[in-house]
Amino acid sequence: MFNRLANFIVYELFGLQADTSVAQSLHFFIMDITKIFFMLILVIYLMGLFRSFVSAEKVRNYVQGRAEWVARSLAILLGAATPFCSCSSVPLFIGFVEAGIPLGVTFSFLIASPMINEIAVVMLFGIVGWEITVLYIFSGMVVAFVGGIIIQKFKPERWVEDYVWKIQMGESQALEQDNSLQARHRYALTEVKTIVGRIWKWVILGVGAGALFHGYFPQEWASNLGDANSFLAVPLAVIMGVPLYSNAVGVIPLAEAMLLKGVAIGTTLAFMMSIAAISFPELVILRKVIKWQALALFTAIVTLSIILVGWFFNSIL
Amino acid sequence: MIEVKVLGPGCKNCQTTHKLIEEVTSENGIKISLEKVDDMAEIMSYGIMSTPGVIVDGKIAHAGGIPDKKTILSWFKADCCPGNDKCC
Repeated sequence: MFNRLANFIVYELFGLQADTSVAQSLHFFIMDITKIFFMLILVIYLMGLFRSFVSAEKVRNYVQGRAEWVARSLAILLGAATPFCSCSSVPLFIGFVEAGIPLGVTFSFLIASPMINEIAVVMLFGIVGWEITVLYIFSGMVVAFVGGIIIQKFKPERWVEDYVWKIQMGESQALEQDNSLQARHRYALTEVKTIVGRIWKWVILGVGAGALFHGYFPQEWASNLGDANSFLAVPLAVIMGVPLYSNAVGVIPLAEAMLLKGVAIGTTLAFMMSIAAISFPELVILRKVIKWQALALFTAIVTLSIILVGWFFNSIL
Repeated sequence: MIEVKVLGPGCKNCQTTHKLIEEVTSENGIKISLEKVDDMAEIMSYGIMSTPGVIVDGKIAHAGGIPDKKTILSWFKADCCPGNDKCC
């Protein structure tokens, strides 16, 4: 459908020849833009509907007192399903601590949440295909799961700021809620408007960059760079990625360019995860609830897990 | 006067929510006292973990994400035009 639309616009409306670089770039751009916006709107809407049924408060009550692996899996699923707003991470953290949920589980949530989200998934799916999308989601969950377990081994409780333990979570009566499907539909629509309104520029920029690579990237370069996949490439990519901070929208066109240049999948995935998982603004916000030792540990363990995942994929693919 | 509190550490979504509540209530002539709460202990004391949260007269009206205008108006159903159910 999107292919046909792009064919129509590029070849018939503009009358461009199919074998020119301009036509190829433009075709790619139009096809990807329409496809990605279509999917973004659909997916954000569906996630909005889903979220109107599941709240963080409900999940907290559900996770509380469960066997640890169940709690951890639920926390990761919640992290993946909620859009990451770093300002929510502090109340969530305190809420989890207050419910007696192990800190390692909370860290699993904090790792999964920024890495896996619907926007990253849609962009990946639209730009680099479903195989890598599935790999990305799967490895993100593995990093969150294992990372949380390792952090737990260090007894991070001693690094939680004192005031956090003192906070008592209250309970308030809820106002009469409009639980009709109509109200949920409105909620989901608002989500679409807010999120698309915030990211549309970046989507266009990102896809534009991807389109340029598509039409103007000489084939010979790719084969030359393909040899550069040494063992060291993964840690190098991750160490470069950690201080970089960007949202999923900015990272994915970059990832596509890397794949086009012949960088191995494991290296590319590791690079993407390292950019999304650890960001300076998030660390600053988390500093309100935990001491810097815990933040350093968090950063080190996530970095290490991502490197391991990168090596793993490079060795099997 | 209805007491309305917007709970949140002051991120973009909280500011937008605050602004929307101001707009909706003034458009409909509903008198409220609107307050921003960014103290974590107070936010948590309402049992809210997803911000922005909105408290209307001590009750949770909203938690997480930006509420739409129609939803905001529904919180003040009893106050905006008594006796006319159709208005909100």
